Amino acid sequence: MSADIRPMRTPAEQALSAALEQIPAGSGRLSDLRRSAARSFNEHGLPHRRIEEWKYTDLRTILREAVPVAGPAGVAQADAAAKLLAGAAVRRIVVANGAVVRELSDLDGLEEGLSVVTLADAIAKGRDVLSRLAGLSPSRYDAALALNTALAGDGVVIEVAAGAQIERPIHIAHVFVGDAPAASYARSLVVVGDEAHATVVETFEGPAGIAYQANAATEHYVGDRAHLDVVRIQVQGDAAVNLSTVLFEVGREAQVHDFVFTSGAAVARTSLYGNLIGDDSHVAFNGAVLLKGRQHNDTTLFVDHQVPGCESRELFKHVLDDSSRGVFQGKIVVRQAAQKTDGRMMSRALVLGDNAEMDNKPELEIFADDVQCGHGATCGAIDEDLLFYLQARGIPLKEAQSLLVQAFVGEAIETVEHDGVRDALIEQAEAWLKARA
Amino acid sequence: MPAVQETVEQVRSIDVDQYKYGFFTDIESEKAAKGLTEETVRFISAKKGEPEWLLEWRLDAFRRWQTMQEPEWARVSYPRIDYQDLYYYAAPKAKEGPKSIDDIDPEILATYEKLGIPLRERDALLGIESTGGSKVAVDAVFDSVSVATTFKEELAKAGVIFMPISEAVREYPELVKKYLGSVVPVTDNFFATLNSAVFSDGSFVYVPKGVRCPMELSTYFRINERNTGQFERTLIIADEGAYVSYLEGCTAPMRDENQLHAAVVELVALADAEIKYSTVQNWYPGDKDGKGGIFNFVTKRGDCRGDRSKISWTQVETGSAITWKYPSCILRGDESRGEFYSIAISNGYQQVDSGTKMIHLGRNTTSRIIAKGIAAGHSDNTYRGLVSAHRKATGARNFTNCDSLLIGDKCGAHTVPYIESKNSSAQFEHEATTSKISEDQMFYCRQRGLSDEEATALIVNGFVKDVLQQLPMEFAVEAQKLISVSLEGSVG
Repeated sequence: MSADIRPMRTPAEQALSAALEQIPAGSGRLSDLRRSAARSFNEHGLPHRRIEEWKYTDLRTILREAVPVAGPAGVAQADAAAKLLAGAAVRRIVVANGAVVRELSDLDGLEEGLSVVTLADAIAKGRDVLSRLAGLSPSRYDAALALNTALAGDGVVIEVAAGAQIERPIHIAHVFVGDAPAASYARSLVVVGDEAHATVVETFEGPAGIAYQANAATEHYVGDRAHLDVVRIQVQGDAAVNLSTVLFEVGREAQVHDFVFTSGAAVARTSLYGNLIGDDSHVAFNGAVLLKGRQHNDTTLFVDHQVPGCESRELFKHVLDDSSRGVFQGKIVVRQAAQKTDGRMMSRALVLGDNAEMDNKPELEIFADDVQCGHGATCGAIDEDLLFYLQARGIPLKEAQSLLVQAFVGEAIETVEHDGVRDALIEQAEAWLKARA
Repeated sequence: MPAVQETVEQVRSIDVDQYKYGFFTDIESEKAAKGLTEETVRFISAKKGEPEWLLEWRLDAFRRWQTMQEPEWARVSYPRIDYQDLYYYAAPKAKEGPKSIDDIDPEILATYEKLGIPLRERDALLGIESTGGSKVAVDAVFDSVSVATTFKEELAKAGVIFMPISEAVREYPELVKKYLGSVVPVTDNFFATLNSAVFSDGSFVYVPKGVRCPMELSTYFRINERNTGQFERTLIIADEGAYVSYLEGCTAPMRDENQLHAAVVELVALADAEIKYSTVQNWYPGDKDGKGGIFNFVTKRGDCRGDRSKISWTQVETGSAITWKYPSCILRGDESRGEFYSIAISNGYQQVDSGTKMIHLGRNTTSRIIAKGIAAGHSDNTYRGLVSAHRKATGARNFTNCDSLLIGDKCGAHTVPYIESKNSSAQFEHEATTSKISEDQMFYCRQRGLSDEEATALIVNGFVKDVLQQLPMEFAVEAQKLISVSLEGSVG
């Protein structure tokens, strides 16, 4: 049986296992969680292309080099590194190399009903909310999440009390600071009470030319009739590896809008898991991915309709230049109880570079009969007719292409509700196009 | 085809109880010893009087098969198959090979007549005159051997070779040697390798340059013996500018134990050639509790080897306990075209995991996939497909449409497409939907006096129309009936 054959462990796997050995012995739920995650990693190792969920992103090959865990970052350097949304009307919390930098973080003067603490503090003080940490887990072993659970020591814990309406977006700015390759792990937890409303923005940035590895995971619990907007902006340095795991549990009649913008990192993987456990909720997972050079980005989405009457919408747009590679794997599962489900998933790719590659795998798995589900996937070059139309009106080729690309990704970006954040995203997309021209 | 009133009364009973072709022909047969060893392979090869090279080819496949493992990625579950508890060869006993139709055991002739396949050309023609249809040449495969091939002379006049593959090995060894295993290599997958080792019979078709085959060719597969696997191998070659349309039908007796069917079909289309391959698969699906039925593990692949060649697969899958098949096209020649039209219906405890692969290698190649899945009862129906464009496949185009219809709340419909584009000029479109028959449609039909069953049949027929239109006329009528029967009892 092949299941009994253990492949050779790569140097990176050995180094990671060694790092997992260093987990301090302790008692209690958190220590148990860490040890059990470390055990699963030791058992399964890094995923490779024979593992269906990682078919297009072979981490065993990508993470060939073992890098040490990053040390603490200087305040001034962290401040200089956190450029995204600087000056915007947001509550900023800076997480540098996987640890919250208090001096740069807006942890005081919280609105009524809002609690923001660091994960380290929450652990030190034994906060009740920690019982929900690692409470959401995918049905199958996920190496990125297991490593995060085992190794992340800090992050942000956000609680919004029932009924609280938090207008100001909470911005978690993840930055990497350093001039040598290192690995960082951050774990965050967002709990939104019944009928509450909040916006959470997570950004990821770091220096160019350094092969650092960032691993961040965030769990979101959304209460009944609550409303949560999440925006993630990933513009990591061009040599970085970025692994993100985002999990949601959505209550009755709740609304969740998640948006992922990606234009950074050499290799990036975002795993999104949505568990719909309350009737009649509405969730949307949207994204825009702009890649060039030899960048590789994998978005893997798993939406699990467990209860009746929920609506899910997914729209992902990829723009692929040069020899970049985009991967979209989306799976909608509709369980037998989830009658009246309405699910629509769309993945569209615009291929600009001759050697760019797009791999689409939209999946439906349906066990209930009274449902409406569909998915679509397209990929192709810019429509020649549209280019001709614009050129005939005196617009140069490059500009015409830019206009069309803007319109293409604009459809996805427009789904972001918060004006300031949406403007920042449009700016990012424009900057990407300008760099191309 | 609206369902009749009696079926409304048996609303909860499932169609699989009504399998029409479940009878067994009691006929003395000759079998290889149970189990699979090198001896079995040698026995089959000797029975067929095969040349040395083919025996070596089989033995090579057998040795490789021993090192391989059964694939587990498909969304089907079944008890482990004991490959040593099967007969790999069963043939109706005959003194010598039948020289003419009159030498064939009358029991077998009667069997085919019961299945509606007249093997006497005289009868076949009579049938045609009364229905006004066109001529169809039939190769009838009974367990492991081909028992009759009709209209051979008439086809020979046109230069078309249509005969059992075991005869072709003797009469046209150079053609068989050149093409056998060139589309589905010996080591392609577990079941194809098994087939390569023990294949017993099947059809061989060669259409020479520029010839348009004067009639439809067809093969009718029948599994009769107990505990016997059927491993047929079909090889169809359309030389430059040739055209052939080929039909395939299958049935088996009703039995409590599962039976294995692992076929390999290879199609080769040279420049400007066209092959149209249609299947109506109605193997025994098991009883209403999911007991028995055929395990259908089939590897079908077509190679558009020449420029502007075309291969089109059409399938209506209503039978089998488990269907595991992915008729594929390798679009190697420039401007070649691949098509896949499929209706897969599952009821009772059937499991279907089927789809296609369109592999674009040549320039300006196009492909189209239309797959309709209908799940009822406790069944699972999966579409699994791959569309890929190689770096050099500039201008590749694909359109895919997969729709699933669910009837009842205990069944499942799944879609697993892989769409991989490696160059910027490729243009791929994929769309898939899953829904149930809408209340509005049912209401509209009921208002006009149709019963629930009639309305369902009408709507389902509309749902699968795109695919049915691709079938040759004789088959389309048959398929339409089959669809209604398969879904009888699923409403309510």
